[in-house]
Amino acid sequence: MGSTNSTLLKIPNVEVLMQETGFSPAHIIRLHDRFKALDKEGRGHLCPHDFGAIKELAMNPIGDRIIGAFFSPGKETVDFHTFVKILAHFRPVDKDRPKEPNSPEPINSRSNKLKFAFQLYDQDKDGKISRDELLQVLRAMLGMQVTDEQLESIADRTIQEADLDRDDTISFEEFRKSLEKINIDHKMSIRFLR
Amino acid sequence: GYLHFTKKKKKTFLRTRGSETISKAGTDQSGVALVINRPPSNHTPDTDPDPDPGETTQAVFTLNYPRIQIPFEITLWVLLASFAKIGFHVYHKITVWVPESCLLISIGLIVGGIMHSLHEKPPAVLTSNAFFLYMLPPIVLDSGYFMPTRPFFENFGTVLWFAVVGTLWNSIGIGISLFAICQIEVFGVQDITLQENFLFASIISAVEPVAVLTVFEDISVHEQLYIVVFGECLFNDAVTVVLYNLFNHVAALEVVEAGDVFLDIGRFFVVGLGGTIFGALFGFVTAFTTRFTGKVREIEPLIIFLYSYLAYLIAELFAISSIMAIVICALTMKYYVEENVSQRSCTTIRHVIKMVGSVSETLIFFFLGVVTITTEHEWNWGYILFALLFALLWRGLGILVLTQIINPFRTIPFNFKDQFGLAYGGLRGAVSFALAFTLPDNIGRKDLFITGTIVVIIFTVFIQGITIRPLLKLMNVRKTNRNQETINDEIHKRLMEHTVAGIEDLCGQWSHYYWKDKFMKFNNRILRKILIRDNHPESSIVALYKKLELQNAMEVLDQMSGDISAAPSLISLHEERKNASKSRKKFLSSDVTNMHELLSKNMYKIRHRTVSYTNKHTLPDDITAREILMRRHTSLRRSLRAGSFHGTNAAKMSQKYFSLPMGRSLNSRFPPRRLVHADGDIESEINYSSIRHPQRVSSKAVMPLRPLNTLKEVASSVNTVDGQNEEQRGCRRSHLGSNVSRSGHLTSHLPHGSSRNCSDGDHDAWVEEPQNNSDVQHPLMRRPHWLPQKPHDK
Repeated sequence: MGSTNSTLLKIPNVEVLMQETGFSPAHIIRLHDRFKALDKEGRGHLCPHDFGAIKELAMNPIGDRIIGAFFSPGKETVDFHTFVKILAHFRPVDKDRPKEPNSPEPINSRSNKLKFAFQLYDQDKDGKISRDELLQVLRAMLGMQVTDEQLESIADRTIQEADLDRDDTISFEEFRKSLEKINIDHKMSIRFLR
Repeated sequence: GYLHFTKKKKKTFLRTRGSETISKAGTDQSGVALVINRPPSNHTPDTDPDPDPGETTQAVFTLNYPRIQIPFEITLWVLLASFAKIGFHVYHKITVWVPESCLLISIGLIVGGIMHSLHEKPPAVLTSNAFFLYMLPPIVLDSGYFMPTRPFFENFGTVLWFAVVGTLWNSIGIGISLFAICQIEVFGVQDITLQENFLFASIISAVEPVAVLTVFEDISVHEQLYIVVFGECLFNDAVTVVLYNLFNHVAALEVVEAGDVFLDIGRFFVVGLGGTIFGALFGFVTAFTTRFTGKVREIEPLIIFLYSYLAYLIAELFAISSIMAIVICALTMKYYVEENVSQRSCTTIRHVIKMVGSVSETLIFFFLGVVTITTEHEWNWGYILFALLFALLWRGLGILVLTQIINPFRTIPFNFKDQFGLAYGGLRGAVSFALAFTLPDNIGRKDLFITGTIVVIIFTVFIQGITIRPLLKLMNVRKTNRNQETINDEIHKRLMEHTVAGIEDLCGQWSHYYWKDKFMKFNNRILRKILIRDNHPESSIVALYKKLELQNAMEVLDQMSGDISAAPSLISLHEERKNASKSRKKFLSSDVTNMHELLSKNMYKIRHRTVSYTNKHTLPDDITAREILMRRHTSLRRSLRAGSFHGTNAAKMSQKYFSLPMGRSLNSRFPPRRLVHADGDIESEINYSSIRHPQRVSSKAVMPLRPLNTLKEVASSVNTVDGQNEEQRGCRRSHLGSNVSRSGHLTSHLPHGSSRNCSDGDHDAWVEEPQNNSDVQHPLMRRPHWLPQKPHDK
């Protein structure tokens, strides 16, 4: 599928990319192939409808939120670098990574994974999950048999469990605390991206 | 003997001269009720020349059984089996705990018991010919047609590995072990040759693990496992039959030389590959034929069946693997055929295949039960028990060893739980029984083999089938501690699972991508042009939405309840404000348990495609996918009018319209490049160039529905709401959730080169449409077009 070196050279700033994300060259190439395949018109960047064309994603209950996570506010296209950096969130955590004191946190750290998940809830990006945002996600994830009242009581209970400062919203810290027991690395990683 | 009512014996005379049943004397045969074979033997000899004076007149009421005997008996048996099936589902829980094959065999046993006590014999219908030519093809066609193609091809290597190599391993292992047992004098089975042992081994190594797929689903075993199991089941049949024929042939030979063995191995491959190529050929021919059936829709299903069956028969003629032929034929033609034929034909085809396939399988299991009781068994403790033991042992070993070898090659390796499920879930099925039953008579110990097969089948189906669910649950439960989870945990975990599934889909599959890509290019360029009639491609999403809307509309019309699109997917700010004033609620623990239950039952499972093939005995059902897509569609559509919507009003009133667009609205913009057929196997591309098709009615007729009266109300409310909430629109929009902001994004930057077909002399059913919608190209953003002539229009 193309010789590695030549493809790598075609990608701008690939060294920086690999260092930031921790992907191996083989992975970068595969991701590049995938990027090109998604980018049907060969523009070099992806638009929301390119993502929308992936059928499984359309059938995912939170598909549009996932797509939205790729586009930072204000931007309407995704270039390869952003694509890879977002996907880097899902790399399994490197267990043997030496703790360099001055290096920034790797993209696939537990905390960053949690931030990604948090972002999926918090659409207006105010740093808090409001009750109504929670309701939206719940509605998206639940089938038709659940009535609105049940939905609301579930949302209330969720907030009650997590909300420590009693402001009826869930901040990132509260979010992180409530998920202490869950093995985030396992849940938010894709094995073949190792 | 057979059951008959003998009341009339004294009064009537029977003549068995040819087909003459009504003689001058007006005699007739006595009515024969239940069942089966032999011609009436209770005729009184025609000694009395003087007929009974009371019978001189022409009989008004006659019974003529022999004429209808064969079809009648077949119908009765099938009907009985169908009643059994209906009966099972009366109490739903049964099917959850007990696999269906289990139940069928039980019923068969009961009926067999009845017959035995009445000293009846079962019909001699299960001959070799009847089985191979009539009963097996539907079963295999069923498996082949409903095989989910994409996951299948993605896991092709693994499937083949387990199916072919696994079955070989089993057969050879069991065969050799049994031969070793035979050498032990005490069991008294020394006369069984090695070839015969191999033959028996190949019969009992055919597994049918489909029955346990439902169990797997509940404990969320990885999706890959489903495919392996499904594929294994499918190819298993093929491999077994091939092996069986091989060993059969070999068993007949007196001396086996080494050269023969190699020839046989070579023959094995020839048979397999030959079948595949044959099948593919027939598949393409079928697809090609359906290209021309535009005017004769009624015979479309017939063509499909005929060609499949023909593939089977001709493959039998050449003694290549007919099973492979028919399966590959079904796989290849499905893709093209489902595009060419009409919607109704498509449904018909699926239903008929499912129906005939399940009838066939039901009958076989039924016979199993009956035959168990009624035949003469040859029982040999040592041989049979060891056969059972080895069957289980070798399967377990086989799975273990094979998994170890193949795990490094897989992106997602099988863990111990998967392996256990695979090994323990290896129930034997209908094919094993049929093969045993139809063994040629020159095998000395045929009865022993039949008995052995029956024992193995019954053991695996009953014991393993019933206990696998609790066992797997036990293994699963130890790992997670459900009750300690909070609601929070559950929700967030599920969200993360969905996210990961979504990202995985985004990344696509690594390994096979290259070949698949090449094939799809070839497909588009050449094959589709030849094989598909109306090559007006549409984008997959668009086609899917159309299909969904059509189905949804039909369903809602059918039963005026449960309106999916009525569920609010956008929660407005207004409601939140209303609730924020509530004090903190107290939750009882029972409330919490209820919530847990609610969540676990109602949250969408990951990747619904697994649901479609867990249950072999029913048609695939994609209701959850439909829900999601419908909801998404309506929310996107609603978000077009987002600015003018007040949350609660919208939820109440707006969704009672059916937005089946006429052909042109969805199709007109989307030029060429459609890659997927509506069934849902996917390759999706939406090509957004600005080519504009003139108004073209879709070949799949989409029925436009009249809008209901509520349309007017919406329009009017929209007006009023707009007027009042003008200033709040801005901030509301930002709070109305992701969909709106998304649509904002999309509307602003999609190419403007498109023409505005929305405003082409269009009717203003939607009064307050924001103007920028006319630029929207995305099919999901398009607002529906109504028929120009509507009585309700202003």
